[in-house]
Amino acid sequence: MKAVAASGIRLCYGEKPILQELSITVDEGDFFVLIGPNGAGKTSLLNIMAGLVKAGSGEIEILGKPLHAYSRKALSSVVAVVPQQVPVHFPFTVADTVLMGRAPHLGLLGIEQERDFEIAREAMAFTDVKHLAHRRLDQLSGGERQRVIIAKAICQQPRIILLDEPTASLDPAHQTRIMDLMERFRREQRITVVMVSHDLNLAALYADRLLLMKEGSVVQVGLPRDVLTDQRLKECYGCDLMVDENPLGGIPRVTPVPEKFRFLKT
Amino acid sequence: MDAEFSPVLKRLLLLSVLLGGLLVLSGLFGVSMGSSGRRLLEALAILTGRGDTESVAATIIWQIRLPRVALAAMVGATLALGGLVFQALLRNPLAEPYILGISGGSAVGAIAGMLLGFSYFPGIALSAFCGSMIVLAVVLFLASGISSPGRDSLLLGGVMMNAFCGALIMFLISMTQSAQAHQILFWLMGDLSTVSVNRLPVLLLAAPCFLVIFLLAHPMNLLLMGRESAAAMGIRVKTVSLALLVTTSFMVSVVVCQSGLVGFVGLVIPHVFRLLLGPDHRLLVPACVLGGGAYLILCDLMARILPSQGEMPVGIITAMVGAPLFVFLLWRARR
Repeated sequence: MKAVAASGIRLCYGEKPILQELSITVDEGDFFVLIGPNGAGKTSLLNIMAGLVKAGSGEIEILGKPLHAYSRKALSSVVAVVPQQVPVHFPFTVADTVLMGRAPHLGLLGIEQERDFEIAREAMAFTDVKHLAHRRLDQLSGGERQRVIIAKAICQQPRIILLDEPTASLDPAHQTRIMDLMERFRREQRITVVMVSHDLNLAALYADRLLLMKEGSVVQVGLPRDVLTDQRLKECYGCDLMVDENPLGGIPRVTPVPEKFRFLKT
Repeated sequence: MDAEFSPVLKRLLLLSVLLGGLLVLSGLFGVSMGSSGRRLLEALAILTGRGDTESVAATIIWQIRLPRVALAAMVGATLALGGLVFQALLRNPLAEPYILGISGGSAVGAIAGMLLGFSYFPGIALSAFCGSMIVLAVVLFLASGISSPGRDSLLLGGVMMNAFCGALIMFLISMTQSAQAHQILFWLMGDLSTVSVNRLPVLLLAAPCFLVIFLLAHPMNLLLMGRESAAAMGIRVKTVSLALLVTTSFMVSVVVCQSGLVGFVGLVIPHVFRLLLGPDHRLLVPACVLGGGAYLILCDLMARILPSQGEMPVGIITAMVGAPLFVFLLWRARR
């Protein structure tokens, strides 16, 4: 069964086409990363998968069932979203925020039971935010806050987790930590991870498959070493990007070429 | 019981018992005190049916004070809860039940009713209610046409409609003879003295609204995280927002046409409880209902016994207590 199967997706904002006849499939348990220049439609595609934005036309199936056949609540019990931005003034504590991830599984009154506390506790332990449990979300650093939001998504016990640039504005240590967390979560729970990223090197290091997009269409899908080539990146990003092999071996490494070094290429 | 989590149900029960007790106690004070004597034990005896049921005191308590206390409780509960909902929905700490023009609309409706010589019930009640619902519909229509996202356009539309209604009120008052103008001004300041027993059942319309809002308390928590995040956690954002908006506007207009414009309750009470209980709406909703009721009973008591002759509108008391209290709360929150 495919985690996500989309075909012929179109989306327009007013007259402006965002996605054009886009078709992709994501296997269950994949670490799938969407890359491409700004405005390529990556976030829109992610939002369509999350059911937050309705595609203009096209078919989309989540875990073998058409997206429109899910209720809002049923969808959120299988798909969790880690958005790009978290509100700055959020008055709840870390523990309460993580616990909110139980929302799709709660009854009419929205009151948690001991089992929900247990799941939230495990999620907090998994992303190592347990020691912050009583702090307010707006008192945390960027890296800590991102780990809390991921803990909330894990607490949702989804089959698919969608992340929109989760490592943006984090230092390299925190970037690796977040990516390692997602990798471990995927491996241990057989969860499908779909992520938007601008960091091509990070994407190459972690992704099973990359989807390179430009102007709302798919340029190529495949293994990082097949997708990340000099020629194709130049076409998409419109600038020189050198690709060689990562010292870790077998994985492409992308280096942007600054203006002052450009003579070396010619 | 647990290091990280405090079960909501337990805190909910504790809070209901405490604030319920406070509400009953304020009610007793409200019933037993007044210009014609202040005897707690006698009032208790009459209320439990052991006193002389034919006495003047019994009549005063059953026919005058008890309806008034019930009205104060209902108005306080509704306004406090309304403030809580609007603050969450518009994510603006200064929002209160009147902000979307609900006050203005029902005031215009009520005053038009008074000028047309309608009877208080159902005439004026109905015209006030229609006024507020028309304003709400216009605000919702305007908001859907203004392109800025969601809550800001609601706020913009509401503020403009309120200003427009303010002008209409002044226009109507300047067209009026003096006797009616005095009645209208009293009403505008918020006044509970005109209540009678037969008008109370209308207020019961507000009670089911409390329940609806309590059921939406957890979604309100999630909405604080932003509309998209809430949707991603299974909340039907548009449905929930609209349900909250309509329910709240309905119950507020039901009480406003009885009590006039009692200010600051919807501002002060939710902020006090947020400070005491934290941000969880599952606790804040019942707290605002019980606490808001108790608060307005006590304010109304002051409005009755402070003046040596006659009474003053309770809106004066709530503003005099509320404005400084609100400034103090904001000042504390800053530190």
